[in-house]
Amino acid sequence: MEAHPLIAGRRTREGFRDRLGYAATLLSVAVILVAVAAIYLFVFSRGLATFFVNHVNVLDFLFGTEWRPTLTESEGGPKFGVLPFIVGSFIVTFFSALIAGPIGIGAAIFMTEIAPSWGRKLMQPVIEILVGIPSVVYGFTGLTLIVPFLREHAGGLGFGLLAGILVLAVMILPTVTSISVDALSAVPPEIKAGSYALGATRWQTIWRILMRASAPGFVTAVIFGMARAFGEALAVQMVIGNGKNMPTSLLEPASTITTVITMNMGNTVAGSVENNVLWSLALLLLLMSTVFIFAVRWVGRRGRLMSR
Amino acid sequence: MTDSLTSAPPRPVWVVDRWSETRALEEAEDRAVSQPAAEGAVAIETRSLNVYYGDVHAIKDVSLKFYRHEITALIGPSGCGKSTYLRSLNRMNDTIPTARTTGQILLDGVDVGRPDVDVWALRKRVGMVWQRPNPFNKSIYENVAFAPRFHGVRKKKDLDEIVERSLRAAALWDEVKDRLHESALGLSGGQQQRLVIARALAVEPEILLLDEPASSLDPVSTAKIEELLFELKKRYTIIIVTHNMQQAARISDRTAFFLNGELIEYADTKTIFTRPSRKETEDYVSGRFG
Repeated sequence: MEAHPLIAGRRTREGFRDRLGYAATLLSVAVILVAVAAIYLFVFSRGLATFFVNHVNVLDFLFGTEWRPTLTESEGGPKFGVLPFIVGSFIVTFFSALIAGPIGIGAAIFMTEIAPSWGRKLMQPVIEILVGIPSVVYGFTGLTLIVPFLREHAGGLGFGLLAGILVLAVMILPTVTSISVDALSAVPPEIKAGSYALGATRWQTIWRILMRASAPGFVTAVIFGMARAFGEALAVQMVIGNGKNMPTSLLEPASTITTVITMNMGNTVAGSVENNVLWSLALLLLLMSTVFIFAVRWVGRRGRLMSR
Repeated sequence: MTDSLTSAPPRPVWVVDRWSETRALEEAEDRAVSQPAAEGAVAIETRSLNVYYGDVHAIKDVSLKFYRHEITALIGPSGCGKSTYLRSLNRMNDTIPTARTTGQILLDGVDVGRPDVDVWALRKRVGMVWQRPNPFNKSIYENVAFAPRFHGVRKKKDLDEIVERSLRAAALWDEVKDRLHESALGLSGGQQQRLVIARALAVEPEILLLDEPASSLDPVSTAKIEELLFELKKRYTIIIVTHNMQQAARISDRTAFFLNGELIEYADTKTIFTRPSRKETEDYVSGRFG
């Protein structure tokens, strides 16, 4: 067939580049998908083995309060009750978000509304620095400053839930702040102008217009912060005291799901029950992080619907 | 009244007084079948007003008087400063960090450009509506009740009354009275714009600034807004920026022509459109540029 210049189609050099670019981006997506699928598959298979291969009772696992993995069978063990760790995770997550939420949102309002020029110039790098500090440094600082402080002024060993909460609150503060800043910046300026033109003061505008309009963004910010707090292992492990019993006060040593995994994974043999139980904990973490992600997406969708 | 801007008594008291005062005025008006205001009563005036954005001299030495119960149109090509000028009248330029204003803005003989003026009280008396409708993400009712609420009206009955009166004044009541508590964002563009006007009327301003209020609307909605402005001018002083020559000619009593930040000509609308004294004005209104 006679080749017409317009029908050269895919044989041209441009056509080749086009396909090459397509292949490259497709490959990137494939790598990500495979990685995620592999993690889910692996964690699920190992995590569920505890219950299906080792026949640990799911209810004893989730609601048991005794963690004695080395107890011999003649003594009635081993016992794999992880409720204290689940409770520990939720307590540190909830209270650190309770501290970081209002502070982060307050800082965001300051940066966007009160002093948008110098406030932002000063705070943006500060937040980036906070994000970039490795968690071991947070843990070390908490160990050196917060733990002795609590020991002196609050009693107990200093190690415990409260120390973990304080370290985590500082760690998630930049997350909460920067997402809140984004939410506030997304409020259209003409809405603000509309409020000012009606004789509203800055405070009335912030309180009655901006806060309402940014509420879904704030919820997203706090959920992201909670997701980070829930998943953080190292810094928490350094200050929480790693007690194995059900915590009865914030000053008592306790554990979280993540700290139990990092504390024990070096001491167990792959394939053993102890090891599989840790994978079950990892599965719990994975499920929780999935819940956080869906919560964020749900809030985001709701927020868009509300502002339509 | 003259001193209320500079030395306002505690605001809630003042607000309540103004409300009862306007209500009394209204009743008097109803009895008297709205008399047109005395010719030449100045509502607001600028003397040698200059506005700078950073190094840009956006408004150059503009002196203008706006008369009560009239519609004054500000016309001119894009970027001529007419919107900037409009925004300076209720000090909305204050919200732009780089803006700087010199000269006087006289409302009731008080220079409201002074730094010690209560800008919130000023904006309550000089309302503003923009080109794009900007209703709040709230119900129709809450949009209108928003400003009266923080200006001190608390009773539900009073708020209901204000909402109905404002929506009626903005010719929107019949269209929305059955869905007052639905989101304002579900209204059409034209309805939203009338809602924004109702929202501005809810604080009973004396002067209404309109920045191309109909330019994002379809012809039917535009006609409704224009009709509404005719109605509103009986009770308010209206200053409108418009790109639309026919609109300026149709609705305004006086027209000011701006070019490059300067006031070129200010006269009766009829004069501006038929016998302008400046060549630039003639060129512009006859469509030769801009």
